[in-house]
Amino acid sequence: MSAAAPDHDNLGARALTQRHKLRWWEPLPWLLALAFYFAFPRHLGFGTELLITVLFAISLDLALGYAGIVTLGHAAFFGAGAYTVGMLAHHGIWNEPISSLLAAAVVAGAIGLASGLVLLRTTGLTLLMLTLCTMALLEEAANLGHDWTGGFDGLTGIVIPPLFGAFEFNPLFPKVQYLYILAVLLVCFVFVRTLVYSPFGESLTGIRENTLRMHAVGAPVRTRLIVCYTISAAIAGIAGGLWAQANAYVNLSTLGLDRAATVLIILVLGGYGRLYGAFVGAVAYMVLAHFLSKLYPTAWQLGLGLMLVIIALFFRGGILGMGDAITGWLRRTRAAPKSSP
Amino acid sequence: MIENIASMLLGGMAAGMVLFIVSVGLSVTMGLMGFVNLAHGAFAMLGGYIIVLSMRNWGIGFTPALALGFVATAAISMVFERLLYSRLYKAGELDQVLFTIGLVFMFIAGLTVFVGPENQPVPIPAELRGQINLGIVQYRTYSIFLIAAGIVIVVGLWLGFERTRFGAQIRAAVDNRRMAESLGINIDRLFAITFGFGSGMAAIGGGLGAEFLGLDPQYALKYLVFFLIVVAVGGLGSIWGVFWASVIIGVLDFVLKKYIPQGGTLFIYVLTIMLLLWRPQGLFGKPS
Repeated sequence: MSAAAPDHDNLGARALTQRHKLRWWEPLPWLLALAFYFAFPRHLGFGTELLITVLFAISLDLALGYAGIVTLGHAAFFGAGAYTVGMLAHHGIWNEPISSLLAAAVVAGAIGLASGLVLLRTTGLTLLMLTLCTMALLEEAANLGHDWTGGFDGLTGIVIPPLFGAFEFNPLFPKVQYLYILAVLLVCFVFVRTLVYSPFGESLTGIRENTLRMHAVGAPVRTRLIVCYTISAAIAGIAGGLWAQANAYVNLSTLGLDRAATVLIILVLGGYGRLYGAFVGAVAYMVLAHFLSKLYPTAWQLGLGLMLVIIALFFRGGILGMGDAITGWLRRTRAAPKSSP
Repeated sequence: MIENIASMLLGGMAAGMVLFIVSVGLSVTMGLMGFVNLAHGAFAMLGGYIIVLSMRNWGIGFTPALALGFVATAAISMVFERLLYSRLYKAGELDQVLFTIGLVFMFIAGLTVFVGPENQPVPIPAELRGQINLGIVQYRTYSIFLIAAGIVIVVGLWLGFERTRFGAQIRAAVDNRRMAESLGINIDRLFAITFGFGSGMAAIGGGLGAEFLGLDPQYALKYLVFFLIVVAVGGLGSIWGVFWASVIIGVLDFVLKKYIPQGGTLFIYVLTIMLLLWRPQGLFGKPS
């Protein structure tokens, strides 16, 4: 044991040194995702959409949940990634799946860096407006650049060659896509999990909780925020790239306010600022949307609105926060008889 | 040439006046309470519906309908403010954004169910239809009426803001809420009345603008970005700021739509981004 061994009698210190350790339930989502593959081979299209949404929500969680950057324009990066993959493939420049994803990450990250450099000087309403305007700007640009982006119709019939030259992509039976996206999601998730438990991630939480104090302790607040925003944008770009590959088309819907609002709702529904909120929120939202939005579109919208109002007013932590509250309450009621003499 | 310029200015100003009438309440409530109210457009939409439906179903005139829209929307929004909004004044922006987006969805769904998803045309009174001769140019009477109404409203609001006791209380609360509170100003009442008044103005704007903005359940989301841009460009809590921002954006949008029908909106977004980077507090806002 080194001299810096933590004081194990101190609850706070113990929580800090142990919190990055793998908990027993953490492999569960991945096992469930694999089980889905075998149990519902006919619904893998829905599954791929779900996994992509989870990845997109995780990218937003990094910026919004951990660093506290309130953005309404995260779909800008999703769309940038999707259009990168789509345009590279459509114009016959490059279409190998994995390197295309890297290109999507680089392009979206670059846009995140460029916009972050200027946007993150502002806060509050101005920041909100600027993120919204940046997204609207990209959407308009994609609409106007007809020769490159296909304009309003988008790019259809994107050809993606077999993965590793062996496993063929087939939009009708998306078995390969599902496993491929699951693998990409796992890699990105492990990266984000490592990041948020690192000192860097810790400083992001500090900035979220008290920016002034982080300035006072000498943390490079702006640099940290910009780096975080760039990483978040790159991951959103990967999610967008996956979307383009799985659907074999790209259109303006990847860049719209609808998508940005949906991912925000999903993240908040699950619980933001916690790693698994994206999973829970995406599953809850997508399953509900899948069954309700086609049958009763108006009731679905009404219910969604009501849910948002209730979450904002009473359950700031989303579904996972509610779960925490219930387990905390159970533990306290169970512990109470023991402590009383 | 002169006629061309004049008619473009008039058309743009008429659009700008509607933007102003809708957005002025948003600017004041945001400046006063620091509340990111994305549901403001929903109140404008609700007011528009009340105005249109009361004219069509009960056969009341244009002016009484506008008054009814103002009063009803103001009353409804004050109930919302006291019961729900007031719980979130101290919450973060994210909660406010979510709450108000949720409200927007509920308004959209509610109006779709009760009224229907289709566009509701506004019956404009006969004396406001047709053209009017202004000497240099013939122009649509309704647009001229909108410009006149906008100017009357901005002057009225400015006088109310600068010359009345209540206006002084609002200005005090915008500048320093705690100080105003310790001087004995009832901030809760001030918030509720200002919020209701702002939503009532939005209702009038919704009714007046329905002629060219249309009025369907998607209204609340469709024009939200425009209302927010006007407020952000003009500066929070500044009546003249919102007025000039509305006029600038209305005229720009009108001119750009005519000459570059494709890229016009793009240009407005670029300008807004550049302006907010240069002056985050907007054209007329005070630096925070």
